Amino acid sequence: MSRQDALVSADWAEENLDAPNTVFVEVDEDTTAYDGGHIPGAVKLDWKTELQDQVRRDFVDKAGFEKLLSAKGIGNDDTVILYGGNNNWFAAYAYWYFKLYGHQAVKLLDGGRKKWELDGRKLDTEVPQRSQTSYTAKEQDTSIRAFRDEVVNAIGTKNLVDVRSPDEFSGKLLAPAHLPQEQAQRGGHIPSALNVPWSKAANEDGTFKSDDELRKLYSEQGLDSSRSTIAYCRIGERSSHTWFALHELLGESDVKNYDGSWTEYGSLIGVPIETGPGQSGSGS
Amino acid sequence: MCGAPEQTAELPAGTDLSKESVLVGKVTNGGSPVGGAYVRLLDGTGEFTAEVVSSASGDYRFFAAPGTWTVRALSRAGNGQTEVTVGGPGLFTTEVSVAA
Repeated sequence: MSRQDALVSADWAEENLDAPNTVFVEVDEDTTAYDGGHIPGAVKLDWKTELQDQVRRDFVDKAGFEKLLSAKGIGNDDTVILYGGNNNWFAAYAYWYFKLYGHQAVKLLDGGRKKWELDGRKLDTEVPQRSQTSYTAKEQDTSIRAFRDEVVNAIGTKNLVDVRSPDEFSGKLLAPAHLPQEQAQRGGHIPSALNVPWSKAANEDGTFKSDDELRKLYSEQGLDSSRSTIAYCRIGERSSHTWFALHELLGESDVKNYDGSWTEYGSLIGVPIETGPGQSGSGS
Repeated sequence: MCGAPEQTAELPAGTDLSKESVLVGKVTNGGSPVGGAYVRLLDGTGEFTAEVVSSASGDYRFFAAPGTWTVRALSRAGNGQTEVTVGGPGLFTTEVSVAA
């Protein structure tokens, strides 16, 4: 994996809106952004109602993903270009999710919706009509998905990268500062985790930092490249962003996203929790 | 300061201002509200904490811990920022003016 395989620029996207076998997909938690204007020709994907099982806390199963992509008019041979708001959090999550179900031709629009809007590029309210396909997914590739027992066993042995803000990491806040703090769970982080907020991997306009900057960032923060890595956040979307930076841009080999993240870990009975600023790679 | 009555951004049901610190305000350009701006909350060290998009009336809202914060807005009309100190629970109001 490299930057060319995984990311496209806004300029490239603008020139390839009508390219054959290319489907633009906007992914958000709140899809009203799409309804108010989206990249011309893009279809929408709702992170909450379409990618999550609506009863159990898990993803839609393989058959559900096949049904979803078929209905969206996305075929196995299509290259999917994902973008969204929130600095591409949910688009990065969807990217990881597409890879989980074996769709290889998927790319992320660098800067997402934010850069597109700040650049003043065209947005459209017309919803494209794509004809139904017959999409076939693969079994989940769990080499990129971490589950809770694996995370508990990784304490002190693998790189655990907590990508939440410092206040969430220390236990002062239970959710990002733009969301109500209503969760009834413990605050803090997984012992031995490094705190490298996802935002350090991004520029102000939402684009990813350069490979050199990213490499420097993670090594300065104490990430040991000879070890496997598990990234987590609160619900697994910001950590998809960091998973993308580590696995897809930097080509680190064994990197998993723990989608249960803090809302699962911080609610488990009996697991160790650390509070406070924790360790950092810069000598403290 | 203009003479119009202060407009209070609507808070979600259940927000308890005796316990939570809520930071609200408007993004403006030459006095007019700027909707669709990307409003970033940076902590006392300049580190990114959260980002929201301002409403059509230019309003933004954050739930913040006590401390000194920078509210920075990016918009097609330009960027701008302002500092605000959150001393404890309650409602804190600021305005960010943007210019090219």
